[in-house]
Amino acid sequence: MKELKIFGIVAVFTLILYWGVEPFAHSQMHKHVKGADLVYNGAADIAECEQSKKEMKKTFWADVEKIAALKGDAAAGEASYAMCAGCHMEGAANMGGVIPPSLEHAGAIYDKNFLIALIKDPAIATNVDHKYADTMTHPMGSIKTMVTEAQDIANVVAYLQAKKAGEVTPKEAYVEACSRCHANRYGKLTQLGEIPKTKSNIATGKDIDAMKYQEKVATEEASLANYLGKLPPDLSIMIRARSEHFLHTFIEDPQSQLTGTAMPRTGLNKEGMEKVFAYLEETGDPSKPLREETGPKVLIFFLIFTALAFLWKKSMWKGHH
Amino acid sequence: MAHFEKAKNLNEWMDQRLAVNTLKKVMNTEYWIPKNINFLWAMGMVLAATFGILLISGIFLLMYYQPNVNTAFDSVNYTIMSEVGYGWLWRHVHGVGASVVFLIIYIHMFTGIYYGSYKKGRELIWLSGMGLFVAFSAEAFSGYMLPWGQMSYWAGMVITNLFSGGGLHADFLVEWIRGDYVPGQAFLSRFFMLHVLLIPLAIIGLIVLHFGSLRIPHVNNQDGEEFDFAEAAELYKAGKVKESKVIPFSPVFLSKDVLVMGVYFIFFFYLVFYHFEFAMDPVNFDPANGLKTPAHIYPEWYFLWSYEILRPFSTNIGLIAFAIAQVIFLALPFLDRSPNVAPASRRGLFKYWFWAMLIDMMILTFMGKLPPAGIWSTIGLIAALTFMALWVALPIITSREKKL
Amino acid sequence: MRIKIYKKEGISMANNTKGRRDFMGMALGGFTALGGIGALYAMKRTWDPLPSVKAAGFTTIDLKDAQENVLVVEKWRGKPIFILKQSADMLANVKEEDKKRLINIGDAHYIVCVGLCTHLGCIPGYDAAEKSFLCACHGGTYDSLASVTKAPPPRGLDIPPFKVDGTKLVLGETGPEYEKMLADGTTLKV
Repeated sequence: MKELKIFGIVAVFTLILYWGVEPFAHSQMHKHVKGADLVYNGAADIAECEQSKKEMKKTFWADVEKIAALKGDAAAGEASYAMCAGCHMEGAANMGGVIPPSLEHAGAIYDKNFLIALIKDPAIATNVDHKYADTMTHPMGSIKTMVTEAQDIANVVAYLQAKKAGEVTPKEAYVEACSRCHANRYGKLTQLGEIPKTKSNIATGKDIDAMKYQEKVATEEASLANYLGKLPPDLSIMIRARSEHFLHTFIEDPQSQLTGTAMPRTGLNKEGMEKVFAYLEETGDPSKPLREETGPKVLIFFLIFTALAFLWKKSMWKGHH
Repeated sequence: MAHFEKAKNLNEWMDQRLAVNTLKKVMNTEYWIPKNINFLWAMGMVLAATFGILLISGIFLLMYYQPNVNTAFDSVNYTIMSEVGYGWLWRHVHGVGASVVFLIIYIHMFTGIYYGSYKKGRELIWLSGMGLFVAFSAEAFSGYMLPWGQMSYWAGMVITNLFSGGGLHADFLVEWIRGDYVPGQAFLSRFFMLHVLLIPLAIIGLIVLHFGSLRIPHVNNQDGEEFDFAEAAELYKAGKVKESKVIPFSPVFLSKDVLVMGVYFIFFFYLVFYHFEFAMDPVNFDPANGLKTPAHIYPEWYFLWSYEILRPFSTNIGLIAFAIAQVIFLALPFLDRSPNVAPASRRGLFKYWFWAMLIDMMILTFMGKLPPAGIWSTIGLIAALTFMALWVALPIITSREKKL
Repeated sequence: MRIKIYKKEGISMANNTKGRRDFMGMALGGFTALGGIGALYAMKRTWDPLPSVKAAGFTTIDLKDAQENVLVVEKWRGKPIFILKQSADMLANVKEEDKKRLINIGDAHYIVCVGLCTHLGCIPGYDAAEKSFLCACHGGTYDSLASVTKAPPPRGLDIPPFKVDGTKLVLGETGPEYEKMLADGTTLKV
């Protein structure tokens, strides 16, 4: 039928147009980064770094593997953990540019090998060592001299996995893994925590408490921007600003997508990644469930509409052809 | 005062005062459309429906959008997308609609070119239609500014910079258009005014002109055949509906229109719910930052072909080429020197001209999206030169066309 | 959201439908109307007050520094709230049944009400000497318990939902004292 042929031509040209402008163009603009499937063994780090550092990193990550093979004693680890708690405590102050994140669910959301590497040398573990002449100057660098023995490291990590694990909500995962640098205004989160409810002065109409809080946040952000070179972006709607694959590979190894970035690797494991993504979807795409529920209903409506329209057309055109 | 008898029913009452029965005949039941047409003839109504959808979704967005550089982004991406009941639906419909409307515009336009519906008495239909293309382009551009994302800001920066006229350095003009040195509050507010009031009014006026200019020449048909509409109408009214070459707009043509619209809406709402990223580019989900240009910056797909004509040349030549590309389609009825009103397949060399133009514009579109480097910029340059060559060739090809 | 298809009833457009009812057209029109109702529902929901507006409807007021016969004005849900601590002679001069309007915290008695005249919404002014409220718009008056003493207001100033929390009052939440006031008709729901 002639009309079907015309429709076919229009459809083919439209699909070619779509292909060229979207999948093809994007494949040319964005290199495909494979990602390491959340395996933290430094393979990407070793491949990415400059020649002079390759040997050091190979040795480092090989040592991490050895420590991972040790059996950790959680009870003994609790004593060593006291050294961590000194900085990683509730209401901690800004240290060297950033507030140390809470470790409340660290055993649940971070990868074991990553945690080991982090205690051995935070800068190398998070793949930002290229920023430091001496990795001791990393805000957490001194841990290298505080928990030194392989068995001690294994014990602390065992303690985290035993006592600092448990059920973690998406929001908690985000707060612990991301929010010290990345605010989330749609989730009412700043780098200092949840935005408190305040009241305006009824006579002046001004909310002094809110202003004071904003000043504290601004001071913290200035410190962060100074430490990192720029202020980490608010992640409220990041889930729509980047593809899921980009975010996944970026969080796993920031250097793989943005070479030279100041963002440290977060070391999230599968559970941690899922929970963080769930929170990003909560703030950035909260209408998704309702959208997925409403879509089929609307499409079925129009399928029936088209069927009825077809029957009406046939009845109107009877005898005309 | 004219003499009024007591009306027998509501219909007669309205007819005495507003001539509704005459209107119904003139606009619907005795508005004659050729029978020898295909579904492409429904694209005009599809456009009207899409414009209506854009208007209505726009109304609900307007209830919550804030045209202030500090609150615009969050008023869209937080308030409308997550707080407002079904706000996300209006935003998706509006964004997808703004993109799909151009697909239909291009199909509608190329249908007109293919069947010669711009010639011999139909020039004003073509000109008012091109006016609508320009108006829709301005509407799309001004609308894209409003979410005040990275793409909004930098598109605003780049497109207004065009008005400096390259070597003319008319910076004062650029600043006047912006109301400031850079796109800022003044810029956002005035483009909000344009998008919500002035351009929609212009579009409505142009639609009225477009429909008006269609009346006397009548709608074209698949063979470009000229026939006596009055005679065909009489045949139809006498009951010889099979023999007649015409059908009434309502309900016969309308019923096919509605069927095409049904199919269109399935496609449209599939995109709204499941496949919308082409229309809501991720780059615009980063808030505007005047101190950082995105790594990959590009206009919406429907502007890419003309963007690519600008890019391969040096500043001044590029601007001239770009300016020509914007207006050259308006000249089509006058550059086509052949008197034949017929489908391109029957018009000798014009057939090749048509397909070459279509394919060339698609290539320009692809190149416009890609980074201007290496082989892509070479292909883009060839395609841009081909575009110009085709327009130079048109009067030559058509003046030699054999009269049908 | 879509062009309404006008239903054609028995009008002969083409001769082939002369005199016959356009059933398919009516079916299509009816079905489209259903879709229109769906669209209208979405539009209605878009007009609804936002969740953040409804969530912001809580205010905590600390009563401990209130002085007798000194009107304190706070804000709740954008509306003025009157807090008036009662003195002994204020309590002596009012009707017994109106004392149901009082909120008692320890030894102190308070009136907490929405400072909008129940007639048409203007804010009445308080005269501490007269111990009464006067609404300038149409001359309505209330006593120190904010119950009506002169028309046109139809009832005393409304009492907002409240919960007692020590010496604090949380407006927007409900406690047993408020539930009682609703139940015995002391106030209407605000």
